[in-house]
Amino acid sequence: MKRFIGFVKKEFYHIFRDRRSLFILFGMPIAQILLFGFAITNEINNVDIAVLDHSKDATTKEIINKIAASKYFSIKQMITHEADITSVFEKGQVKAVLNFENDFSKNLINDHKATLQIVTDATDPNTANTISNYINAILQQYQLELNKGITTPYQIVSQTRMVYNPELKSVYMFVPGVMTIILMLVSAMMTSISITKEKEMGTMEILLVSPINPFQVIIGKVVPYIFLSVINAIVIVLLSIFIFHMPVQGSLFLLGFESVLFIVSALALGILISTISKTQQTAMMISLMGLMLPVILLSGFIFPISSMPVPLQVISNIIPAKWFIIIIKGIMLKGVGLQYIWKETLILIGMTVFFIALSVKKYKIRLE
Amino acid sequence: MKTILYIIQKEFKQIFRNKGMLPIIFVLPVLQLIILSNAATFEVQNIKFGYIDNDHTSTSRALVEKFNASEYFNVLTDFPSESKASAEMLLGNVDVVLDIPQYFERDLQKEKYMNLGVTINAIDGAAAGVENVYVTQVIQRFNQNLKVDLQQVSDQQIQPVNINTIPLFWYNETLNYKTFMVPGILVLLVTMITLFLSGMNIVREKEIGTLEQINVTPIKKSQFIIGKLFPFWVIGMALLTIGLLLAKVIFQVPMVGSLALLYLYTSIYILVILGIGLFISNFTDTQQQAMFIAWFFTVIFILMSGLFTPIESMPKWAQIVTEFNPIRYFVEVMRMVMLKGSGFMDILPHLLKTLLYAFVMNGLAVWRYKKTT
Repeated sequence: MKRFIGFVKKEFYHIFRDRRSLFILFGMPIAQILLFGFAITNEINNVDIAVLDHSKDATTKEIINKIAASKYFSIKQMITHEADITSVFEKGQVKAVLNFENDFSKNLINDHKATLQIVTDATDPNTANTISNYINAILQQYQLELNKGITTPYQIVSQTRMVYNPELKSVYMFVPGVMTIILMLVSAMMTSISITKEKEMGTMEILLVSPINPFQVIIGKVVPYIFLSVINAIVIVLLSIFIFHMPVQGSLFLLGFESVLFIVSALALGILISTISKTQQTAMMISLMGLMLPVILLSGFIFPISSMPVPLQVISNIIPAKWFIIIIKGIMLKGVGLQYIWKETLILIGMTVFFIALSVKKYKIRLE
Repeated sequence: MKTILYIIQKEFKQIFRNKGMLPIIFVLPVLQLIILSNAATFEVQNIKFGYIDNDHTSTSRALVEKFNASEYFNVLTDFPSESKASAEMLLGNVDVVLDIPQYFERDLQKEKYMNLGVTINAIDGAAAGVENVYVTQVIQRFNQNLKVDLQQVSDQQIQPVNINTIPLFWYNETLNYKTFMVPGILVLLVTMITLFLSGMNIVREKEIGTLEQINVTPIKKSQFIIGKLFPFWVIGMALLTIGLLLAKVIFQVPMVGSLALLYLYTSIYILVILGIGLFISNFTDTQQQAMFIAWFFTVIFILMSGLFTPIESMPKWAQIVTEFNPIRYFVEVMRMVMLKGSGFMDILPHLLKTLLYAFVMNGLAVWRYKKTT
């Protein structure tokens, strides 16, 4: 035991001697979470649109004003020819063009019907779809005003209640996601080189002839990083509470426990990478190239998992980040206790044990 | 010239000698492109729908049937009580709950107007907004049917005006996400590989002590750097080629514009990334530090590139920050050239900014690299 403590102490010294790395380690996540918390949103605001008004009458002006007045759109330019639509799109200046037909107002009065084309640049399908929906909603509203007094019988109107995030803030979605990416990658990257570095620097031999066993080496390598990552996690949680006003509806204690669990699972994954790679470069590339995109794309951080094709939904189960995101959203936003997230917790525990067991098995007690 | 060729040869040998790296450089990105492109969709489908039917009449059943028939909603569950429904929502087993009150049918006949409670899990605000639109659409269609079934002729005297909207989705009529995401993810993969490899390169020699040996050789600073970076540039272009082929063959992503233009842009773009990588490499003491910094910028570049979330929606200061994001330009150019067929003049502003960026970054990197340590 005393030997083991000595080993852990040595590892701590190694880490704290490298001031520059420590600065990077703590500075970066803070900068990232601040940047993303304020900047990233999947709401639509101030989308630039162009208008092609063949009619130029009172009604079209009114509609244009209504659209310009909404916070979603700003009218960037008026164009005069159909051909201009192509060129504004090709230059990437606007995302949509409103194309009013000839005699819009006249048609509306005479035929009770007038037509407006909403041309969107659907290279980004999500934005295109949302733009089209929002403009439609504004027009519906305008139509209701025009039709005031005309009763339409038998109406069922839905009263929607948005639970857990009534203001539909996207920061509630992004803060847990960014927290997960940071903890996952920083943790895995830290430990992924811990053993390879010894191999590459030639100090592995010394470790091997020392009387501490493989299991102790691995645990001893992980312990200091648990300490560092927990500080990182605390800083991130404090920032999200005090700066982004993320609620913590559930127990702070449970949040802490689950965070430590997730950190340990990520560190263990890093150790596993470390035992199977020969050089630091390989280890870093595996942890960065191998983890970054899958964690961003398959964890449910940005894209809803339920919309993915079934094989991918199955694959997403092996991403620890997926389970952690479910857990922290549950605790912070829904306020659930362990009885609601025990399954996710068990999965994380299972993964951690698996990573550690495999690392111990793969850890070579002889040099090649 | 000969010196550069030698160092290029040496670098290539070093890269390809490390058998562990080859699959990471070529196989991992290809696999990710093929697999992950399918994951990136904002389409809201398979909405887990539940309802509480307190009415049990033909009208309430008909309404539920409408939801059942809609392609967006599935797994219909009839919850016995509201508390059971909210418990299931806490567990995440249901996204949308429709609450049909008692006497729904009777009151609708009588009042001709009825409020229905809909509860939506809004943690993902964007998805919740879309779900709300779908719910409203289904109910509106149901209203239309009601009118046909129950409406009396006398109601229809004043004709309401109607503004017809025709949405046209240009360049991607079917709103296919893959058309949009495959080029974007390809951009990310090319960027990550070239940045990480170049970022680790010189610091690695520093860490294992071989940089000193190079410093005492008669090679010039610029020769050394060009020799270091050229192999990564080749790898980046090779990845782009493989990726474009896969995009065409597997995902049928259109290639409307000029392929040559895309290559021209990419050849300059990779120089920017290599410049950044080199700068990081010169700036740091260990490979780990280099990778942490590279990771830091990559995450920022990716999330602020406009690929996953729209740039216009960001606050003004953040939009200014994106001006310095190389991935943003690459994503835009990819979309413009591949999907819209934009020409040289259309992408010229992007091209010039990228070129300037390449000069600045490589200039900084060379300036920072000191032959004497």
